[in-house]
Amino acid sequence: MSELVHPFHRFIRPSVTHTTFCPGCGDGIVAQSILRAIDGLGMDLDDFVFVSGIGCAAWIPSPFFNADVLHTTHGRPIAFAFGIKMGLPEKKVMVVSGDGDLVAIGGNHLIQNARRNVEMVVICINNGIYGMTGGQAAPTTPMGIRTTTTPYGTVENTFNISRLVIAAGASFVACWTTFHPRQLTSSIEKAIQKKGFAFIEVFSQCPIQFGRKTGVGSAVQMMEDYKKRSISPKEAAKLSEEELRGKIVVGELVDIEKPEMLEEVKRMKNKAKGGSE
Amino acid sequence: MNEKRVLTGRYFMMGNVACAEGAIAAGCEFTAGYPITPATEIANRLAERLPQVGGGFFQMEDEISAIAAVIGASWAGRKAMTVTSGPGISLMLENIGFAVGVETPCVIVNVQRGAPTTGMPTVGVQGDMVQARRGSHGDYEIIALCPSSPQEMFDHTVIAFNYAETYRTPVFILSDAFVGHMREEVIIPEPEKIRTVYRKIPESGTDPQKIRGFLDEDVAPMPIFGKGFKAHVTSSCHDEYGKRNLIDISALDKFIRKLSNKILKHKEEITIVERDYEGAEIVLVSYGAVARAAATAASQARKEGIPVGTLRLITVWPFPGEEIEKMARKAKQVIVLENNLGQIYPYIKAEAAHFAEVSFLPPRLVGEIQDPEDILRKIREVSK
Ligand SMILES: Cc1ncc(C[n+]2csc(CCOP(=O)(O)OP(=O)(O)O)c2C)c(N)n1
Ligand code: SF4
Ligand SMILES: [Mg+2]
Repeated sequence: MSELVHPFHRFIRPSVTHTTFCPGCGDGIVAQSILRAIDGLGMDLDDFVFVSGIGCAAWIPSPFFNADVLHTTHGRPIAFAFGIKMGLPEKKVMVVSGDGDLVAIGGNHLIQNARRNVEMVVICINNGIYGMTGGQAAPTTPMGIRTTTTPYGTVENTFNISRLVIAAGASFVACWTTFHPRQLTSSIEKAIQKKGFAFIEVFSQCPIQFGRKTGVGSAVQMMEDYKKRSISPKEAAKLSEEELRGKIVVGELVDIEKPEMLEEVKRMKNKAKGGSE
Repeated sequence: MNEKRVLTGRYFMMGNVACAEGAIAAGCEFTAGYPITPATEIANRLAERLPQVGGGFFQMEDEISAIAAVIGASWAGRKAMTVTSGPGISLMLENIGFAVGVETPCVIVNVQRGAPTTGMPTVGVQGDMVQARRGSHGDYEIIALCPSSPQEMFDHTVIAFNYAETYRTPVFILSDAFVGHMREEVIIPEPEKIRTVYRKIPESGTDPQKIRGFLDEDVAPMPIFGKGFKAHVTSSCHDEYGKRNLIDISALDKFIRKLSNKILKHKEEITIVERDYEGAEIVLVSYGAVARAAATAASQARKEGIPVGTLRLITVWPFPGEEIEKMARKAKQVIVLENNLGQIYPYIKAEAAHFAEVSFLPPRLVGEIQDPEDILRKIREVSK
């Protein structure tokens, strides 16, 4: 008798028996998009080293992906990834972590490595909240929303993460939501092939710590909301800052060629050895 | 150019420069740091020399990322080091604990300076001795070496790499501004005379599911990245296979004990001390730059007919308690000398007080090394 096996089962660590994500969590959609992209490129998980920080999103590669995985400290995965990439330049290095991890506590590593334009893929799962610690406000939580640490509503302005990373100098930036898994997969494929810092922001529903606590609703309602709020960069260009509020600009926002750090390091080493640049 | 890895020869060299040369001679390929006095000369030298031999120094955005990158490079299979001073170590502590927890070989150089806080950057103190041992959260063991000369900045850096690779652990060099900035003769041996060690790794082709890459008191082979070992490396509590376990406290107990025992079980082979207390009734115990003053005072006292000896701790961590006890059993008086207000003193006293009188002599001013005259005065006082 033949058994039904998920086509990506081969990518899952054999010791993993169940998912740790809550029902309806968007992290599963992102995990599948990553694996679909790798499969689509005909690559193997052994071509990669995955790095993650601390949070629900960080648990996508750790332990699920049957590959070399470094599950690091909160906020620091990109800094660890820098050392891994310098040590193994021929491997693809992919960071998967949350918005709190990469943009709050780890914000400096994000912008500095975007500036350096070190070849790596960074996937930032933006659920607008600290999921793992129980629904505290993040720098991405929309203003006015009630969370466990902002019982009267958040009083802070929010980060537009993609814009931040574009300004910092990344050579590839895309933004999607869990409502766009195909587009997301295609952007991940491009990001993997990019010679440079490739950043993808994914708006992803946390129905438990965000949806339920803030009253925004179920996973399905949150995804429908993403659909409603998503607009293309072309449409966005016609809107004022005020009109853009609450919208999610989805698409491939930046895809440019610029000096990549590993290439520059190679040239520098040749120079140091007295060779030609 | 085309420089060599080992610059065999006799030099008049600064301690910090010797440290950089020691790292390169030991096979270090990746270094990362953030500028800080009094450690900058190490970084500068690495930045110049490492690219000539295929490696690199990377200036990071802070010390948190410096140690993170070093740990990443180590998992990528490279020998790696970071260099800093006290404020930088304070920032690194969380990730130092990470390196301990996932058993990452790396070398951390702390050229200690006037502290607490921003303190006085160009003055040497031994102010971060216990921080190296206890600074990161939780129970763990660490290895730390205390050089007292530029020659030892070279030699100890080589040893530090060998210990890091052998025991899969971060190893500290606890130097200070005195030793770092001191210029003295440094002899760099022939490459064949420098013993270097590289970590054990699993045999290539091993079934990834069978690799026990963690928590072996005799040091598990390191499933470094890029070799198809499919290593799951997490600082969450895990088992021998690297599998996370966040519910079973017996797994936590094992996680804590195995990591500590990995160092403690090999304490004897790690410990390095210099004993010169045959027939002595009074023994001066010290380490680092202060040991130079202690040696001077002891030889002066002996000329005066007072039986004074010395014990110098080269590895301060793991604490060589057995060595202290052995010495104290023969001594009547133990005088502990440190350039601080007494950081290792309580540890020494705990081992020695049962057998001998133990006292502490700080420098007249912290940040000054004890004047041998002051040490002599103290010796005469206790010998009465
Ligand atoms: C230094 C440090 N501070 C705080 C924490 C606690 N902590 C764990 S996960 C987390 C937030 C994670 O949020 P995010 O990165 O957005 O991931 P999510 O769970 O939302 O996917 C925090 C604050 C920690 N592990 N380490
Ligand atoms: S808390 Fe939120 S982000 Fe975390 S697993 Fe549950 S639904 Fe997903
Ligand atoms: Mg989050």
